[in-house]
This record gives sequence, C-alpha cells and structure tokens, in this order.
Amino acid sequence: MDLFVENLTVTRGGLPVLEGLEFTLRPGGILILRGPNGSGKTTLLRTLAGLQPPLEGSISLEPEAIAYGAHADGLKATLSVEENLHFWASVYGTHDIAPAVEAFNLKGLLNRASQNLSAGQKRRLGLARLLVTGRPIWLLDEPTVSLDVASVALFADAVRAHVAGGGSALIATHIDMGLEAGIFDVSPFRADPNGAPKVATAFDTDFEGAFE
Amino acid sequence: MIALLIRDLRLAMRAGGGFGLGLAFFLIVTVLVPFGVGPESATLARIAPGILWVGALLACLLSLDRIFQLDYEDGTLDLLATAPLPMEGAVAVKALAHWLVTGLPLTLSAPVFATLLNLPGTGHIWVFVTLLIGTPALSMIGAFGAALTVGLKRGGLLMSLLVLPLYIPTLIFGAEAATRGTEGMANATPLALMAGITAGSIALLPFAAAAAIRVNLR
Repeated sequence: MDLFVENLTVTRGGLPVLEGLEFTLRPGGILILRGPNGSGKTTLLRTLAGLQPPLEGSISLEPEAIAYGAHADGLKATLSVEENLHFWASVYGTHDIAPAVEAFNLKGLLNRASQNLSAGQKRRLGLARLLVTGRPIWLLDEPTVSLDVASVALFADAVRAHVAGGGSALIATHIDMGLEAGIFDVSPFRADPNGAPKVATAFDTDFEGAFE
Repeated sequence: MIALLIRDLRLAMRAGGGFGLGLAFFLIVTVLVPFGVGPESATLARIAPGILWVGALLACLLSLDRIFQLDYEDGTLDLLATAPLPMEGAVAVKALAHWLVTGLPLTLSAPVFATLLNLPGTGHIWVFVTLLIGTPALSMIGAFGAALTVGLKRGGLLMSLLVLPLYIPTLIFGAEAATRGTEGMANATPLALMAGITAGSIALLPFAAAAAIRVNLR
C-alpha cells in the first residue's frame, strides 16, 4: 500500500510547523525522518496517523493501513507483558502474539507485570505491539529510545522482515540503525513562524491595507 | 470491544485500580449520616432514599476522572484512536466498564446499606430499582465529562463542575421515584423520565464524548 504526501502543511498549537511536504513511501520502502528537535517530526507523524487534521495538502493512505508507534508505549503497569500484547492483538483482530514475542525476545518476561520492566524492556514490548497490529505501514516516533545495541539490532531485524513482507516504515530517529533506507530531512520544509500565513483568513482579506 | 472491556475490568481489579473505592465511600456516607442527623428512626427513614441517591452519585463522581485520564497519560488513548475500534465504541465500552465497577456494586449494596438508615422494606426494592435504572446515566454522563477534560492536568475539579449540573435531573427523578415508591405513592412518572434520561444519554453521549476526545488528542 502506497503512502503519497502532497503539499502537506502540519500545525502544532494552531501554528504551521512544516509546509509543502512532498514524499512517497512505497511497499518495501523505509524512510528515515531527520530533523533537529522541535522541527515537527512528531507532528508530521501524528498528522499522518490521523490524530490531527492537516492545514493544507493531501495524504493518500487508508487510515486502516497504519500502525502508529508513539513516544509513549501505551502499556498498562499492572498488566503482564502477555496481557498487554494480547489486548492489542485482539483490538487489531490478530490474536497470535508468538511471532512478536519471538522477534523482540520477550519470552522470559511474559508473566512479568509491565511496571516491573526496565525502560528498554518496556520499549521492546511497545515495539512488539507493532507486529501484532498486522498493519502494512509503520509510523514510528523515536523507536530506539532507551534500547541497548542488541535490542536496536532486534528492532532493525524486525523492520527488515516487515518490509521484506511488503510492508513499509516511516521512522523518525537520530541514530543510524544500518537499514537500507531513504532519508527525508524535514529542515527545508520548516515554516517561518514570523512569515505571513499562506492561507489567508477572512480577517486578512477584510482588513487588507487597512493599517498602511 | 470485548477485549477493551475485559482489560478495563481487569485493571480495576488489580492493585490501585480503584475497584471498591466508590463502594467504600458510599458505605462511609451511609454510616456517617445517622451520626449527623441523629438516631430518630422516623427522620432517617424519611430521608433515606435521598441520602442513598446523593451518596451513590458522589461515589460515582469520585472515580470518573480515571475513565480516560490514565489511558491518556500512558499513551494508550493515542494508540486506541489509531486502532480499528471506533472511538464511539471505545467510549461506550469504557462507560460500561465504569458502570460495572462502580454503578452496579453501588446498586447491589444500596439495599444492604439502606438498613443502616432504617429504610422500610418496600423502600429497599425501590432504591435498588431506581439506582439500577439511573446509574448507567451517571456513568455515561460522567464519561462525557471525563472526555471533555481528558487533556487537562488536574482536570478533576473542572470535570466535577461540568458533570454535576448534568447529574441533577437524574438525581431529582431518581430520589423522587424512590421516595414515592417507599411511601406507596404512584412513581411511574419520575421513573419513566429517569429511564428516558438514561436511554438518551446512552444513545447520544458516546458520539459527543468521542468528538471531545478527538479534539483533545490534537
């Protein structure tokens, strides 16, 4: 399933942060989002995930095609690893958690309550959730935070397996995971916070020239 | 949807889940009232339906901000919003879970606690029936209030202020139906009005609450 983004403007707190974004993500492709802190990578991913509407432009994508991996893992502290995964598997209607457990080496932790996991183990569980969604397009926001080198390798293997199976991934990250990936730098698309708004409001047209 | 219901019930039962919180509060209210108003059994019996209703309503209010706030804080709500489950369904299921954990235990325990207030025998039945019909509306309206304030830090006070006025019709009709029933008078009208509020809330508020959550997640 393709993801086409055309002339997209995304906003945070009502102000545009990225303007005129254009890119395409095809099945089997990986795109790494780069850009300094605060440049709008998270906002872009949230917009693509359908959590907030874009100001302008179009996103061609079935909302049912994406699996969104946010900063927060969405784990319930008092549920065990297995219960957490089972919950997401049944929400997405997949039910089989064994491949996800295998891929992220969670076997020994299945009965542990997720409040007793380390930060890296929680992250692995959060990433394992992506596998149980069974969705083709992964949108990942800083997936490697608090992972050690071995776990990053596990994650990279999972992404490779996913794209080899016809999926695709859009990953915002600062580290090099050794993936065969295109790089999309958002810096050139940053909106000028002091510039004139590209979309004129009714106020702008009504009062045009009034203050000169 | 069933997975979400089971998860919410399981979370409520685990440590820190808040199951029994409302029930304990309800028990405290009914135990304290006789100390406050004095032990005359006639007075207590007269005010008992009203006290039980106010107690159940406040106990319900106590746990409302947990409905969405915890899921919002740990990121689950974002992930649920991108999941195949429609947000309206998720809201309805979470309100149902809240009712099963709070409203239903309150309803079942009210006839027992009514003994502490010297409520006559017929009153036990009417308190049970009115709470059974009325508490689903309390959970659903509460879920709507919780959805409106989900992104706010310490939004509990604002939510109480929003929700309490919406609770008042249910309280008036519920307590009125219980009181009239206890005294042997006809109570079909307040009962029907309360049932109407419950049915209307369940039919309409999941949509309003889902819209509020979508706005708050932006």
